[in-house]
Parts: sequence; structure tokens; C-alpha cells
Amino acid sequence: MSTGHEAAEQAPNAGAYVLHHLGNLNSAGHPQTAIVDFSIINFDTLFFAILLGSAGIFLLWRVARVATAGVPGRAQAALEILIEMVGNQAKGIVHNEQSRRFVAPLALTVFVWVFLMNSMDFLPVDLLPALWQKISGNPHAYLRVVPTADLNGTLGLSVGVLLLCFFYNIKVKGLGGWVHELFTAPFGNHPLLYIPNLAIQIIEFMAKTVSHGMRLWGNMYAGELLFLLIALMGMAFPSLPIFGGSLLWLGHLITGTLWALFHIFIVVLQAFIFMMLTLVYIGQAHESH
Amino acid sequence: MYLNATLFAQLAVFLILALFTMKYVWPPIVKALDERAAKIAEGLAAAERGRQSLDLAAKRSAEAVREGKEKAADVIAQAEKRAEQIIEQAKDQARVEADRIIAAAKGEIEQEAMRAKEDLRERVAELAVSGAEKILRREIDAKAHAEMLSSIGRDL
Repeated sequence: MSTGHEAAEQAPNAGAYVLHHLGNLNSAGHPQTAIVDFSIINFDTLFFAILLGSAGIFLLWRVARVATAGVPGRAQAALEILIEMVGNQAKGIVHNEQSRRFVAPLALTVFVWVFLMNSMDFLPVDLLPALWQKISGNPHAYLRVVPTADLNGTLGLSVGVLLLCFFYNIKVKGLGGWVHELFTAPFGNHPLLYIPNLAIQIIEFMAKTVSHGMRLWGNMYAGELLFLLIALMGMAFPSLPIFGGSLLWLGHLITGTLWALFHIFIVVLQAFIFMMLTLVYIGQAHESH
Repeated sequence: MYLNATLFAQLAVFLILALFTMKYVWPPIVKALDERAAKIAEGLAAAERGRQSLDLAAKRSAEAVREGKEKAADVIAQAEKRAEQIIEQAKDQARVEADRIIAAAKGEIEQEAMRAKEDLRERVAELAVSGAEKILRREIDAKAHAEMLSSIGRDL
């Protein structure tokens, strides 16, 4: 939300400012042009995702390592609340005790990690990019700090969930049983229905995975965009007469505060939704049609 | 929305983090929770047992107090009876002893009186005889005085 130097210089060119902020620091050195290009990798997304994931899980591990069955400390009590919450959701959705041993910790990881990655939105939009431009010595360096506002970040997670769905389908029903289900559900077991069944199943898996990843990404991307627009509003004030400029500055302050407060809610909600859908999809993999 | 190899890296990181959580974060906490639940259940059961044994002890102590009171009352009654017996015995003994002493004293008194009477009689006889001798030395009227002497001797 704060205005960096580089942004202030380009203040009149709002489009360039926004586009620059939406460019990843990647192996190509410039924003990707092709929709899909697997030769490119986003350093910023990976850096912040790994940093936040490791820091978050390390924190949980620090607490869990010294966990006691006696009177718990505050950190342990908080972690226990979290684990009870996730554990109860997992119990209600995945009806397989053995699978839950992996799926429940997986859900906890998703919740904590996505929550932390979403929370990067609370940092002023220009803070880390400006810092990076100073450090790297390149005033036009790209950097995006919210890994969940990068489609690769969220689809990476949802594809992971898809693979786990495949794994549990095969584990629970056997490869033959699952293939049988792919061809006979949902319409019924008839040779004429094999192809429609398979088509529906493929569409279902794709829809689940894409919607799972894009729901989170869309929300965080939109949130980031709104923060950028609010920052632009504040940036415009030096170019206007003093009265109008002050109003814009005040607008930046008020809307930025309101949006940040509302975003706290979105950040937690999206993390929770992502976790719940992970559980639901893996739970569905355990059920036979 | 551009897709690239970041997706696969993210996927791998995701699975690694989940595996780490499964191995090192989840089990200790769940174990601690289960152990605490067991401890609490155990504590509640122990409290219940303690309450029951307290009730039992209270009942037993009330019983013991009641028995003690009964015994004490018995002992007191017996002691009172015994005391009365002892008093009665002592009274009887005393009465017998007193009777004996009184009887002995009476015998002694009678003997003393007898002896005194005897003494008296002897002295009176002596006096009478000496008196008679004095009278006889002046005038002897055997006739007159024989009668007197015999009457004196009768009276004595």
C-alpha cells in the first residue's frame, strides 16, 4: 500500500505500474508471454512458498517436539486447538482411519501454509519489490510476494491433491476396481455407457482440480490487484491540486485500511476452504459408487 | 495467469511439507492429547473411587462410634452394679463385725458388773461383820443380836 520510489516516478503510468507488479521474478528474466511454458520457473513464488512453508511447519515442529501430556503451554494449547479442529474435520469427511494418518496432517499443512502464503498480502505492495530492486541493483527488477496469487502456486497444490485422489482410488478400490468405476459410474454398467461415463469422470476430475486451484488463486489475485489500485490512488496525489490530492491520500488511507481488514477474513476463509476441499476430494476417492 | 515449471516444484514442496508434518508435528500432539484425555479420565475415576471410599469410611466410623457408645454404657452399668454389690457386702460385713463387737462388749460389761457386785457384797459383809463386832464388844445379847445378825446376813 505504500508508494515506492520507482512507482512514484512512474505515477502517471498506472497501467505500467500494475503490469510490472504482476510480473514474476523468473528464470526468463522478463514476464512470461506464452500461457504455458514449462521451461520457465518463478523464483519469487518458490522462494516465498518454501520460506513460509518451512518457517510455518518448523514453528509447529518446535511446539510439537516438546509437547507434554501435562499442563500445555500457550503455544501447545494453540496448536492443539488447530489440530483438534483439522482432526475433527478429517474424521467427519475421510472415513478411513489409516488414510487419516496422512490426510489429516496433510490438511493441517495445507491450512497453515496457505494461510501464511495468503498473509503476504498484508505487507505493503511495494515494500518487498522496492527492497529487492535495491538489493539486486536493478531498478526494474520484478518480484511478486504472494505465492497464492500465482496460478502455479495454487494449481501445484490442487494437482497434488488430484494425484493423492488417484493414489487413494487405487489403494482403496484396487486398480481394476477403480478402472471399473471409471467406466461404469455415474450412469450405470452398460457397454453403450462406457464412453459417456469415462468422459464425465475425466471432466469431474479436471473440474475439481482446476476449480480447487483457481478459487484460491482468483481471490488472492483480485485482492492483490485491489491493493495495487488503492496504492495507485494514493500515488496520484502529488499530480493534483492540493485539495484534490489530499482527498486521494485520505482515500488511500481509508480504503487501504478497510480492504486490509476485510482481507484478514478472506485470507483465513480461503485457507480453510482450500483445506476443506482437499479433505472432501480425498474423502470422495474413498467412496465407491 | 501463466503456467510454468513452478507448478511441479510447488507440488513437490507440498508433498514434502505434508510428509514432514505427518511424521514430526502431528503424532506428538495427538499423543499428548490422548495421554491427557486418559489422565483426566483416570483422575475422574480416582476421584469417584475416593468419594466412595470416603462414604464407606464415614459409615464405618459412625458404626464404630455407636458400638463404642454401647460398650461404654455396658461397662458403666456393670461398674455401677459391682459398686453396689461391694457396698452391700461391706455393709453386711460391718454389721456382722459391729454385732460381734457389741456382743463382746456386753459380755465384758456383765462380767465387770458381776465382779463389782461380788466385791461390793464382800465389802458389805466385811463392814457388817466389823460393825457387828464393834457392837458385840460393848454388850453381848446373844438373843437379841443373833436375830439381827441373821437378818443382816440374809439381806446381803
